[in-house]
Amino acid sequence: MDLFIQLTLTGLTNGAILALAALGFVLIYKSSDVLNFAQGEFLLVGAYVTFAMLAQFGLHWTLGMALTILIAIGLGVLVERLVLRPMIGEPIISVIMVTIGLSSLLKAIVSTIWGNLPKAFPPFIPSQPVQILGATVGADRLWAIVIAMLLLGIFTFFFRRSKEGIAMRAVADDQQAALSMGISVKKIFAWAWSIAAATAAIGGVLVANIVGVSGELANFGVRVFPVVILGGLDSIPGAIIGGVIIGLLESYTGGYIGQGLNQVLPFVVLIIILMIRPYGLFGQEIIERV
Amino acid sequence: MISGIFHTTYEKDMALRRTHAQKIRIVIVIVFLLVFPFLANRYALTLANQVGIAVIGAIGLNILVGYTGQISLGQGGFMAVGAYTAGILTARFGMPWWASTIVACFTTALIGTIFGIPSLRLKGLYLAIATLAAQVIILWVVTHWSALTGGVDALVVPDPKLFGIKINTDFNFYWVTWGLVGIVTIAAVNLFRTHFGRAFIAIRDQDIAASVMGVDLFKYKLLAFAVSSFLVGLAGALTAHYRNIVTWERFTVDVSVLYLAMIIIGGLGSVTGSYLGATFMTLLPVLLTNLGRAVKTSFPLIDSILPFVQQAMFGLVIILFLIFEPEGLNKIWKNIKDYFRLWPFSY
Repeated sequence: MDLFIQLTLTGLTNGAILALAALGFVLIYKSSDVLNFAQGEFLLVGAYVTFAMLAQFGLHWTLGMALTILIAIGLGVLVERLVLRPMIGEPIISVIMVTIGLSSLLKAIVSTIWGNLPKAFPPFIPSQPVQILGATVGADRLWAIVIAMLLLGIFTFFFRRSKEGIAMRAVADDQQAALSMGISVKKIFAWAWSIAAATAAIGGVLVANIVGVSGELANFGVRVFPVVILGGLDSIPGAIIGGVIIGLLESYTGGYIGQGLNQVLPFVVLIIILMIRPYGLFGQEIIERV
Repeated sequence: MISGIFHTTYEKDMALRRTHAQKIRIVIVIVFLLVFPFLANRYALTLANQVGIAVIGAIGLNILVGYTGQISLGQGGFMAVGAYTAGILTARFGMPWWASTIVACFTTALIGTIFGIPSLRLKGLYLAIATLAAQVIILWVVTHWSALTGGVDALVVPDPKLFGIKINTDFNFYWVTWGLVGIVTIAAVNLFRTHFGRAFIAIRDQDIAASVMGVDLFKYKLLAFAVSSFLVGLAGALTAHYRNIVTWERFTVDVSVLYLAMIIIGGLGSVTGSYLGATFMTLLPVLLTNLGRAVKTSFPLIDSILPFVQQAMFGLVIILFLIFEPEGLNKIWKNIKDYFRLWPFSY
């Protein structure tokens, strides 16, 4: 029973981290129909920039985080303007490939500046072990859950209530109609990319705080695919719930079965979901059938 | 109006080589390929073999992605199937290298077809994600099925032999690789003159229209996966016999991305494009390494950042091509030809 509680807790926290990584991914897909293969690298950039701010320049963590988020927003706008805008109207394979090229470029830039040796993250999030129902879990992992829930709330509110959020949904639904209602589609895309980059930066910091700063962080870019497909590519609650389900799945298979099965099972689930319910649990059922 | 060469009879339109210039060029290329190994040094021959294997893999992927329009991120995994099948059969069961290569091709075709099944319901980016999952699953099986593949350890494959001659030098292997490249090229070019190839192109251009016209989507999509994987498996098996060693690191998702980059930079839906792209992407890192050596005296730091420069250039080249010349090197080559054909009255 203890093992079960321990595994559940680990799974939940891993799920929250996956969900954070998936959130930016969903945001971009939701507003611009672009599958961002460079999401893992956005996490990487966020983690390394924060690392530089705190450990190399010795800033206070509030200031460091604020600067990181600003830089991430700048990066998002820059990427949208320089790389993604020329891709509007191009075939899907071009759009996929351009984000893959971007991921390679970002990873290379990060490695050139900071090298590729893993580094310890400056501990500004408390990480002492906490006892819950007889199981032990790091406080930093609990913070990941809290922040994931917080962001979920903010974004749900943002998309339901705020003018920009509704404009984003309009753009995702029909770009032509949105344009004729006076919405600047370009501005919306810039919004989406900067928000996604900022969320990814926060996610990157939380993950780096738990696993350390290294190139491994970029692997989250691949690991979020089962999460977003399970939850539905265009659903924010889907990203969170998908993250939790995949996190628990990984944790239980890792704990009870082992043999590295936890690395591959999410992808088996991914293929099954794609075969029977390609729009995921909460996605809009608009997928084109062949 | 597009300028260029237009045909007035069906015979001419169906011909493999349509103009005199094309015939002359093909002869020049063949003569060059035949003379090259006698003039080149060992290093150039190594590169030539790598390019040859990449060309086979790129043509295979282009049949699926460029001609049939089914995006695949599973290339690395399928190459692994080919390489491990060939390697295991030759190393563990003493099968001759050519036999294991043939078995590897068919095995990869089978695995490719199985992972192609989702394509019957999925399109575009959903299919890309499904094939990415295939890549992850195949690589996981390869690294965890230790009893068969040796797990994360390298599998050592003996030197191939043909007519009693050991093919253990780059010079010998050159003839194997480029002989196969020749066969694959002729097969691929001819494939698109048959109803199979035409059905593939019809599926790419408009699948619903294709099915209305009597193209069985189920059959032809799986066939495209099978044909493509067959060639990809051949490339994988050749890697195994050429390198004498099979490790999982050679077949990661980066390889899938590399091959996709080859066909996009070369030109989707073009055999010439596969050649150009495979050559370009194989030689680019080599060129950068040599450039790095050349400037080493003035920038001693270059050694430590060279791998990152290569990675950055890889990403940059993909982005720049997609923004400025989405139809790839093949289109640039066409533009050059058009320029000279129309000169001095180009418009």
